[in-house]
Amino acid sequence: MSATSLTESNGRPSDQRSIDAPAISVRGLTKSYGEIEAVRGIDFEVARGETFGFLGPNGAGKSTTISMLCTLARPTGGKAEVAGLDVVRERDRVRRNIGLVFQDTTLDNYLSAEQNLRLHAELYGMPREKIAPRMQSVLQMLQLWDRRESLVGTFSGGMKRRLEIARGLLHSPRVLFLDEPTIGLDPQTRSSIWSYITKLEDEQDVTIFLTTHYMDEAEYCDRIAIIDRGKIVALDTPEALKASVGKDRVQITTEDDPTAIAALGERFGIEAQMAEGEVTFGVASGEQFVPRLFAELGLAIRSVSVARPSLDDVFMSYTGTTIRDAEAGSNDMMRNMAKMMNR
Amino acid sequence: MATKSTLPPTPATAGSGKASHEVAAQHIPARTLRSELRAIKAVWRRELIRFSRDRLRILVSLIQPFLFLFVLGTGLSTLVSTSTHGVNFRTFIYPGILCMAVMFTAMFSAASIVWDREFGFLREMMVAPVRRSSIVLGKCVGGATVATFQGVIVMAIGPLVGVHYTLGLALEIFALLLLLAFSITSFGMMAAARVTQMQSFMALMQMAIMPMFFLSGALFPVNKLPPWLAVLNRLDPLTYAVDPMRRAVFAHLDISPVVRQALAPGVTWWGWHVPGLVEAAMVAIIGLVMLAIAIAEFSSVE
Repeated sequence: MSATSLTESNGRPSDQRSIDAPAISVRGLTKSYGEIEAVRGIDFEVARGETFGFLGPNGAGKSTTISMLCTLARPTGGKAEVAGLDVVRERDRVRRNIGLVFQDTTLDNYLSAEQNLRLHAELYGMPREKIAPRMQSVLQMLQLWDRRESLVGTFSGGMKRRLEIARGLLHSPRVLFLDEPTIGLDPQTRSSIWSYITKLEDEQDVTIFLTTHYMDEAEYCDRIAIIDRGKIVALDTPEALKASVGKDRVQITTEDDPTAIAALGERFGIEAQMAEGEVTFGVASGEQFVPRLFAELGLAIRSVSVARPSLDDVFMSYTGTTIRDAEAGSNDMMRNMAKMMNR
Repeated sequence: MATKSTLPPTPATAGSGKASHEVAAQHIPARTLRSELRAIKAVWRRELIRFSRDRLRILVSLIQPFLFLFVLGTGLSTLVSTSTHGVNFRTFIYPGILCMAVMFTAMFSAASIVWDREFGFLREMMVAPVRRSSIVLGKCVGGATVATFQGVIVMAIGPLVGVHYTLGLALEIFALLLLLAFSITSFGMMAAARVTQMQSFMALMQMAIMPMFFLSGALFPVNKLPPWLAVLNRLDPLTYAVDPMRRAVFAHLDISPVVRQALAPGVTWWGWHVPGLVEAAMVAIIGLVMLAIAIAEFSSVE
């Protein structure tokens, strides 16, 4: 990073506005594809320098929202500003100020890593003298410098994702959008990608907006918004969200689950649901509740598990379903559709 | 679209202290003609890099012209030698084969945008803060360059079929090839905007290119045709690329005017001999119209 950009930003008074503004500000944003309302009126703000996670099952409206913020889809209603710039009226300026890493790879496999980055730099009109040093710095940061001359086609999935992140950072964006940055990667590669994202947060002055449907990954974010069926159902720090749930999660299997759910309601006043094939409910203190359960349920219990609240439970408590179950539903259809529209 | 075209280089005075933390911001100057030209050049360069990597493609796309020229040309020459007035049949079809080489390469170049879409790279270009027209233009110029290069290889074998170049002839042929390559690539881009599946795209291209080639007069003189074929021939845009090329080649052959008139009679419209320049202009205009449609198509996609 260098200070050479100052002349450019000072040339335009309106940029002062974008510098002071929050990184992202969204009001009443909606998006419909014909009959389907993919995003149904969402509001949030992301502060500068924050790592903000957008969490939800596939089809919840994450990708549609990110597409609107990246100027790739036109909102049906509402308003969204990125770096203080309106995503509809100031589309080009928004584009110059954001970096994008898509779910699906958008690299040219027949070019080398370096050639991919150079093309990006040219398309984004980077000042020529800055291309080489900046390229070296992002490639080194993502540990791809040694492979810069290799064809991208020879890269592994994790390396490609890293290269995309490097490319997204190349033109020094103010906001970096990562749409499912770790999707389709093995657990080890996932955690390594996360270590890069965390590093990036420390080393680069960039706001990160990411979507994920991995609950464990949301823990890395400063704040998360949970989106379900096109609406934000919760928005806070991971800690606060977990605290808001406050209950332990108990999952049991019994000889007759529907009866067990009914019995839990009648005898303990607990509202239980089927989730992941087990009777699931929350209680203040799981360890103390389980002995009572065995004594009073009146049904043979096959298995019991008790878990401290996690983001999964947060999700569960706000949406009434676990993220895996939500995904198994018909929502995939909507996501595929949104994807098609965004082509 | 409506961004300022130039950026006053105001010295860093006010706000510089404040902005010391804002280094991530506004590295990228506003869109200017220069930045668009840079984008066109970048896209063009990518096409060249990819083409140079793909040696097999260069080789494969030469096979067809060579088959036509040396196998079909040689085979048929025994049959048609009386009617060609001593001119080698290979020489006769050579201009048509030049067009063919260029056409197929240009078509494959345009097809690359379908691949780009399939493998996601199109998205990287579409989200860049440049005009879509720059992307499309870069692609077209790239495809035209690559296809012309292929044409130049076929030009180089001219002496083997009795065509000896002067500088003037070489330049004339080169210019016509470039024009044709550009038009065909634009045509392919226009189709690629709509047809997003590779198989459909290739099928469509085959369906368009083969009839165009056969109707164009690449393999036969365009006078004395039966009326139905004459009409189709005059409607075929490729006719207007093959004809000036053949006339240019035959103008440099050491043959009698009678033979020249028989083999390279030139295209006529209701008896009027269409001048070569008009023919070239037609190819250019058709190309530009298709380019404009392609740009409009790509700009309208979100």
